[in-house]
Amino acid sequence: MDLRYTDEELAFREEVREFFRTELPEDIRRKMINGQVPVKEEINRWQKILNRKGWAVPGWAPEWGGTGWDAVKLHIFKEAMHLAPAPEPLTYNVNMIGPVLIAFGTEEQKKCFLPGIANLDIWFCQGFSEPGAGSDLASLKTRAVRDGNDYVVNGQKLWTGTAHEADYMFCLVRTDPDVKKQKGITYLLIKMDTPGISVRPVVTLDGVPHTNEVFFDNVRVPVKNRVGEENKGWDYAKYLLGNERIGIARVGLSKSRLNRARERAANVTVDGKPLAENSRFRERLAAIEVELKALEITNMRVIDEVKRSAGNAQDPKASILKIKGSELQQAATEVLVEVSGRDVARSETGFLMGDEPPIGPDWAVTAAHNYFYHRADSIYGGSNEIQHNIIAKAILGL
Amino acid sequence: MDFDLSEEQRMLKESVDRLVAERYSFEQRKAYGKEAEGWNRGLWKQYADMGLLSVPFEEKYGGFGGGAVETMIVMEAFGRGLVLEPYFATVVLAGGAIRMGGSEEQKKAILPKIADGSLLMAYAYAERQSRYDLADVLATAKKDGAGWVIDGEKTVVIHGDCADKLVVVARVSGGQRDKDGLGLFIVDAKAAGVSRRSYPTQDGVRGADITLKGVKVAAGDVIGEAGKAWPLIECVSHSAIAALASEAVGAMSAMQDITVEYLKTRQQFGVAIGSFQALQHRAVDMLVALEQGRSMAMYGTMMAEDPNAEERAKAMAATKVQIGKSAKYVGQQAIQLHGGIGVTMEYKVGHYFMRTTVMETQFGDTDHHLAALARAGGLVSAAG
Ligand SMILES: Cc1cc2nc3c(=O)[nH]c(=O)nc-3n(C[C@H](O)[C@H](O)[C@H](O)COP(=O)(O)OP(=O)(O)OC[C@H]3O[C@@H](n4cnc5c(N)ncnc54)[C@H](O)[C@@H]3O)c2cc1C
Repeated sequence: MDLRYTDEELAFREEVREFFRTELPEDIRRKMINGQVPVKEEINRWQKILNRKGWAVPGWAPEWGGTGWDAVKLHIFKEAMHLAPAPEPLTYNVNMIGPVLIAFGTEEQKKCFLPGIANLDIWFCQGFSEPGAGSDLASLKTRAVRDGNDYVVNGQKLWTGTAHEADYMFCLVRTDPDVKKQKGITYLLIKMDTPGISVRPVVTLDGVPHTNEVFFDNVRVPVKNRVGEENKGWDYAKYLLGNERIGIARVGLSKSRLNRARERAANVTVDGKPLAENSRFRERLAAIEVELKALEITNMRVIDEVKRSAGNAQDPKASILKIKGSELQQAATEVLVEVSGRDVARSETGFLMGDEPPIGPDWAVTAAHNYFYHRADSIYGGSNEIQHNIIAKAILGL
Repeated sequence: MDFDLSEEQRMLKESVDRLVAERYSFEQRKAYGKEAEGWNRGLWKQYADMGLLSVPFEEKYGGFGGGAVETMIVMEAFGRGLVLEPYFATVVLAGGAIRMGGSEEQKKAILPKIADGSLLMAYAYAERQSRYDLADVLATAKKDGAGWVIDGEKTVVIHGDCADKLVVVARVSGGQRDKDGLGLFIVDAKAAGVSRRSYPTQDGVRGADITLKGVKVAAGDVIGEAGKAWPLIECVSHSAIAALASEAVGAMSAMQDITVEYLKTRQQFGVAIGSFQALQHRAVDMLVALEQGRSMAMYGTMMAEDPNAEERAKAMAATKVQIGKSAKYVGQQAIQLHGGIGVTMEYKVGHYFMRTTVMETQFGDTDHHLAALARAGGLVSAAG
């Protein structure tokens, strides 16, 4: 047993870090440090830089642009990216629809979509959840009826992140209402400018329209935009949801936030001394760091198993990573709020999303916004309660 | 021991609860928030007519003649409604400074105007560097003939944008963090040298950063003795903490009710999500936190104006600690148990969470008060 990186892995880490140091545009880095929300143009610009380097979609099969890195290297890459700190590549593209198309798409779909997905020329959003189908996703009702070479879609999605910016939605629709609910679902790719689609923003607690409601009124979707077989959509969705194991813990992101908290605490005075030297504060930070270290190693253990199973295992231990990972991400946002003190009271949405200069200190004004928004970390992608249920059943056999 | 309200207090509670129920639905609140000042002048008048704006003032100044319990009743109801009007700033803070430390003339001149709704006030105490140390004051007050000249910057002054008058904490003498040498000054918000930059706050109201440059204050506008204001500053913060604690109880109880209602109605997997034991237990833990908070809000209310400054300080620190802990738990779980809808602006529960989060940064956060309490020797003595 040796928990250390090999020399080769260390050299790789240095290479990756050097890339992030030199190639991440300074304006984007600044925004990330400030805790601002990167906008479409910035995510786009950054993705194209990654793609030129050949690192846009490292986890994909090499024939479609993947790097062939093993799980450890993928982890090193993601951590370096969070620590840079750089925006995460659009997850709907890179972690969700891309791998699904590689696994289940037709050759034509792969050729048509994958290069554009990797380069972010095509922006996807995820249309799974509905008002009545959240944790119980399989109960979704959006209906698709075959009509010649089209499906005609009617219904409603909810919580669709970036729907107002997306070119396409990968969408779960009900094609057979008369069978067990998981059996009658089909997976479609829907062009967002198709007549009959309307999008209404749903603003989250940070003041940003992070999510949307999407309505379908007789929307025609060509059958060639179906992924895999009719009524097999649930299998592909499950594949997708189980696919994001390596990044789920977001250890690097939490580390990055804690680094920020420590830097900022050096400039805040409590009892005549920097907060960073305050023993209570340091103990609180240290306690989170201990948990984070434990999670980092748990994460590596799961990654090691993924590596050995050649990526085929649907490991319920990933749920441990989701629970602890989201808790620690949230804990780090809480520390930032605490450090920022009274300055969190100002609502500075203009600065958060755009170029308006902040009224308060730039390092402090985003703290509450982020704390509020990241309450969602333990809700989306399978809430933490659902993750508990998975572990109870699949690991403990209860 | 007696937890019962008097007949008068019960009537006050009934009327303010009814007011909030009738006039402060989530939709109504949204509309008030869109008005120019971010709150509703008509309601302010109504509060005045009901006597709410004079609750803690003596009858001879047009007051209701209530004490901390009456303020608790109002603040709890306002917490449930997430009331936007500048009650806390005007009546509890600035009004409190004048009520507890003002001269006869000041009380006569100001309190009736607060009571009838014609005067809005704000309390400008915090500065950029001061964090939660009430004595950390760089703004200066220098003698100028019979009066004073004030220079300095005040930050995140809640409702400082609409206030007609400000109560400003400034340093007359001593070093940056000395308790000795502080003064409280009544400053006209439109006086020459006062400039305000206002902005919306996370809890749906407005605040302002206020710059004072060579602002002249007449001798008659000093509250108490200039340079000797520390005990009064503490008293104001203690009333503030008691009021905030009650407001937090109102907000927490609303979150509890909304969440339990949601658990009963939201269906997933063909059943109400409230049938899942994991969620039942979480809702119970929320209730435990709420009741712990409620108890300490009562304790804080009882101790808010205790003449023993040392015991009072400890009690108020303890109150703020428990409220901070309870409100964080209740708020976070209220959102979690709602799922996605909990993190949207369109749904009410998140607005309570944002309010209690901002409350945590008002008059000292949990850590600040825990440290203060520990330094003071804790709460439990040999005598029990
Ligand atoms: C910011 C944000 C972005 C999102 N982005 C997208 C997106 O882009 N595309 C998309 O399709 N979806 C998206 N979602 C939706 C997300 O996946 C759902 O919110 C999530 O699945 C929970 O569903 P729900 O909100 O309906 O909550 P519900 O399922 O109604 O859950 C409410 C509460 O009940 C609990 N609960 C439910 N079932 C059980 C059970 N069996 N046992 C114990 N507890 C249970 C939940 O844990 C939660 O606490 C997003 C959500 C958010 C908040």
